Amino acid sequence: MSIESEVSLDGKKLTIAIKGRFDFSSHQTFREAYERFYKVPESYVVDLKETTYMDSSALGMLLLLRDHAGGEESEVQVINTNSDVRKILAISNFDKLFDIN
Amino acid sequence: MSALAPAVEPLTILIAEDSAADLLLLSTIVRRQGHQVLTATNGEEAVELFARERPQLVLMDAIMPVMDGLTAARWIKQLAGEELVPIIFLTSLRESAALAECLDAGGDDFLPKPYNQLILAAKINAMDRLRRLQATMLQQRDQIARHHDHLLHEQRVAKAVFDKVAHSGCINAAPNIRYLQSPYALFNGDLLLAAYTPSGDMHVLLGDFTGHGLPAAVGAMPLAEVFYGMTAKGYGLAQILREMNAKLKRILPVDMFCCATLLCLSTQRRVVEVWNGGMPEGYVHEVASGRRTPLQPRHLPLGVLSAEAFDDRTEVWPMALGDRVFLLSDGVLDTADANDQLFGVERLQQVFAANREPDRLFDDIERALAAFRGEARDDVSLVEIILQPGQPLRATGLLYADSGQTCPLDWSVSFEFRAETLKRYNPLPYLLQLLLEIQGLREQSGALYSVMAELYSNALEHGVLGLDSRLKRDAQGFAEYYRQRNDRLAQLSSGYVRVHVQVVPTEAGGKMTLRLEDSGPGFDVEQVLARPLDIDGLSGRGLSLVRQLSSQVRWSDGGRSVCVEFCWGALA
Repeated sequence: MSIESEVSLDGKKLTIAIKGRFDFSSHQTFREAYERFYKVPESYVVDLKETTYMDSSALGMLLLLRDHAGGEESEVQVINTNSDVRKILAISNFDKLFDIN
Repeated sequence: MSALAPAVEPLTILIAEDSAADLLLLSTIVRRQGHQVLTATNGEEAVELFARERPQLVLMDAIMPVMDGLTAARWIKQLAGEELVPIIFLTSLRESAALAECLDAGGDDFLPKPYNQLILAAKINAMDRLRRLQATMLQQRDQIARHHDHLLHEQRVAKAVFDKVAHSGCINAAPNIRYLQSPYALFNGDLLLAAYTPSGDMHVLLGDFTGHGLPAAVGAMPLAEVFYGMTAKGYGLAQILREMNAKLKRILPVDMFCCATLLCLSTQRRVVEVWNGGMPEGYVHEVASGRRTPLQPRHLPLGVLSAEAFDDRTEVWPMALGDRVFLLSDGVLDTADANDQLFGVERLQQVFAANREPDRLFDDIERALAAFRGEARDDVSLVEIILQPGQPLRATGLLYADSGQTCPLDWSVSFEFRAETLKRYNPLPYLLQLLLEIQGLREQSGALYSVMAELYSNALEHGVLGLDSRLKRDAQGFAEYYRQRNDRLAQLSSGYVRVHVQVVPTEAGGKMTLRLEDSGPGFDVEQVLARPLDIDGLSGRGLSLVRQLSSQVRWSDGGRSVCVEFCWGALA
């Protein structure tokens, strides 16, 4: 598992890419990926292109990010979901909280 | 570093050497390096001195009278136990076999004669490092073991408390429930609860907390308390769900939540009402046709949304006697075989499709899982509930705050519930609590609640909302009925249900008259009562139930007003 985060040139968008398993062991790294930025971006993108697996604690981490990004007012996009990950997100109805594509 | 540089920390070193000259020479060198020295001139003395003084390191001549160095080394290692007491053999031996024998006896290193001060100091320091490493490791191991014991103890206590809370329901007593749940499932966050409502319906919850261990059990406890408390008081699914969600939202950290399916199974009304937030699809399995209706996850899990955003909408499906509901945790679908292939929905569907004997379905699924995975997993929850005839109506398990005062016996009260209230408030639990102030009625609380619930839903659905129960003649119409009910209730802007209660004392004991009025158009009482009772149909059971359970039922005002009586004898 590795997590990379990158801020867009205008500083408004933070993209977090998760490679490999997205589970409880990524907890600390995932938090650091968005907490270490001094300037708060306007929107967040979670890129799951290279995510092979995702469990319910990963869903919890997405909720933490959403909370960090402003809760109801947050703008969090989850992109490049494969079919397995999409299934998990669909069962939990997380499409009601996140912009998933 | 000079040979005479002081050691990091002075050690007590035992020197065993039968040559007085060598002993004196070595003692002097070692003392000058800053260590304390104990001396022995044969193996036996060395062992005795070791046992008494517990030195930290031993310099041992291999060949000595009385007891040789090898035997003494074996004794000393045994006495030292887990602690590392390095033994350095002092030897003029040159043969490999003899040197190897020294190591086999428990020696850690050699120092060839004649002695070199520089090498001796370096070896003592190196051995001391090893000794400290071993000591630290032992200390940490013991600390971990202590923490582990402590944790296990806490988990045992938590589990004991949890079992009392979680299993106060009917999960083990109900004849129509079968379930598969490992004893460790709790610490995987799975939760299964079941309890009867006052009218004999059954509420079942299968939940799955994010996370494992104690955090999951901690969240499960308030959930179980809300479930049992509110079910016993006659609250409906919507209110129970709202309470659970609000409670979990308040107490759980942001990244914890509970996926759950909550259902209400009613034998009287032949329906199951379902709310699924984040659990895998369950199924209503129609025995007659073999058809399966999926109970899909329509909602976010409990504990995620605020009370304002929470959606408590349920779905209602018809069931015939003998039909079953299956609920499962994601552990079932995620059961993996040796090649990391998942069991998955398709394989589960195949088991359903292949089954010819509904009574064996549960076993079939269990067998299919066992055959697939080849080894036991501990986070699988599977439950089957069968719709069975007539759970006897029992007195509710409510706890009464009995003050010892005699109960009120001559009073009346009236309520009018208007549109905004009807939309989101269920007055039945409140009314039931009020009526159970009357001791004489407590025996009949089940029947009383059932009658009240039927009359209230008739007044609301057929009266205020103007729904036609004949819609419910088949499964599609049934779904349509409940869709219309939700729509009309959401748009309701006027109308009322009035409830009048009158309690009077009688010669024998007392009598309670309950009258409900609604703002609807009324109905042709004689015509509806004359309809033949369709015992297995989907509609029309409510009125026959009311007539069975209460001594007097009368309609007036063109069907807009209905009145029932309950009587009780003097209390012993």
